[in-house]
Amino acid sequence: MTGSFRTLIARLPLSLLVGMVVIAFLVLGALLAPLISPADPLAQDLYATFQPMSSAHPFGTDAFGRDIFSRIVYGTRYSLAEVCICILVSCVMGTLAGMLAALVGGYVEQAVMWAVDIIFAFPGIVLALLILSLLGPGFLNMLLAISVFSIPVYARLAHNLTHALQRAEYVEAARTLGAGTWRILYVHVMRNALGPILVQSTLTAGSVILAASSLSFLGLGVAPATPEWGAMMSDGRSYLGIDILPSLFPGLTITLAVLGFNLLGEGVRKVMDK
Amino acid sequence: MNARLINRVLMLPVVMVVVSFAVFVAVRHLPGDPARMLAGTAATQDTVDAVHHSLGLDRPALRQYGTFMRAALVGDLGISIESRQPVGQEIAHHFPYTLLLGLSAYALALCFGIPGGLAAAMFEDGIWDRIFMGMTIVLASVPNFWFALLLMELFSVRLGVLPLMGAHSWSSLLMPSLTLALMPMALIGRMTRASMLAVMSRDYIRTARAKGVGLMRLCLRHALPNALPPVVTVIGMNLGSVIGGAVVTETVFGWPGLGRLMIEAVRWRDYPVIEGVTLVAVLSVILVNLVADIIISRIDPKARHG
Repeated sequence: MTGSFRTLIARLPLSLLVGMVVIAFLVLGALLAPLISPADPLAQDLYATFQPMSSAHPFGTDAFGRDIFSRIVYGTRYSLAEVCICILVSCVMGTLAGMLAALVGGYVEQAVMWAVDIIFAFPGIVLALLILSLLGPGFLNMLLAISVFSIPVYARLAHNLTHALQRAEYVEAARTLGAGTWRILYVHVMRNALGPILVQSTLTAGSVILAASSLSFLGLGVAPATPEWGAMMSDGRSYLGIDILPSLFPGLTITLAVLGFNLLGEGVRKVMDK
Repeated sequence: MNARLINRVLMLPVVMVVVSFAVFVAVRHLPGDPARMLAGTAATQDTVDAVHHSLGLDRPALRQYGTFMRAALVGDLGISIESRQPVGQEIAHHFPYTLLLGLSAYALALCFGIPGGLAAAMFEDGIWDRIFMGMTIVLASVPNFWFALLLMELFSVRLGVLPLMGAHSWSSLLMPSLTLALMPMALIGRMTRASMLAVMSRDYIRTARAKGVGLMRLCLRHALPNALPPVVTVIGMNLGSVIGGAVVTETVFGWPGLGRLMIEAVRWRDYPVIEGVTLVAVLSVILVNLVADIIISRIDPKARHG
């Protein structure tokens, strides 16, 4: 048992393993945040601002005397929520739109793929800024904005995959036997397209974190005091020259998290390609 | 020019009309009256009505869009609510800064990415290949605003050799363009490597090698020209995210480009400016991708005839 497990692990690409370890740390941090963090992430102590690294404050304290390490640990909850919600929304909407367009064909296909092309013509952050200027800043509006600009990738991928799968003999056979559009979509296309779409999702996860932290950094995401990594850096930026710790550690954590997802994505792709 | 390229050129005005209409409709559905904002809070109802009429806001929506487009075509994008300057003039003032920043970032990215990717492909699985691949995946994961703050801390605060913010001299350009170059650098490097590896396994490369062509000449003269078209495509497709990166980079460094103009406009809910900058951004993405297609059709005989 342990022997076969060991050979399985040894066969997996290194990037996949490293990525999985990083993400496991993030998930643990999000779940066990109250146990791990030494202090309340929102508690201010104006007598202990800009403390250096110590055993009481592993990453020091910020301009309001809040413990940076605790804020980062609680921040994993926001980042994982961003990744899960944005990927779920954009993946489901994009995949359904792309697959249905390819299966129905004709004017519907033209119209859907046109709409996708139009969204794709907008630079991602600019589209997000446009949406946020219309809806107003906020965490959910930010997630919606990121989801909208991530749709085209999934729609195009699903569209191409469905066209390729439609030429497969088993789909033709099913159609000859009288299977309807929905049955073909669900039984044949969806299940076979799942792999590549899953790879795309893991590859997108890192860019979701980057986009969300950029928007929070610009002050358009979460409310100011929230322990979100991008928002923390936006705070820390004002104290550049006084203390680097409040911007150093949140940024380092974002880098590690994005790196984890990127390595995972690359690893999954390598496994799928084999 | 092949059929696909002609199709793209013909689609351009259609896409612009649809995008501008989408932006126009979205912006017109906002809460708040632009006439009220333009007139100021102290204005009487009569003044607001007069501004309303002078802006043409009392006419049907489709006619308003017609007027907006006709004006936009000759470069008139309305008046900024915050600065009271014509939007076209604001954009013309800020655009050169973004162009300069973007071009220098791409220059850096190409100078590092192409030779780096080339060397990694020439010595596949060698020590440089491993370092390079590791480096590019880290570069692609670093948030640019964090990298910017680290640069500022090191070169402006600690060493005091580079100006912290603004655009006062050429040395002000160094840190912003390096920050913006990170992502395209990683992407161009990885794409060059992948594309080179694909070309190196082709028959004509084996033939050239069998004839006794040296490694340098083989890579630079035989393989590289054939490996470049996908790299050009990726540069074009990536422009959108570089424009997004420019918004963040310009904000951190106080660089007076279009990105900072956009962020200020979003803060002030300055809709004419948001509209104008969005249209310019979309138009640049479409045009650059078109130029990328034209370049590919020039350098790649397969695309020219296929």
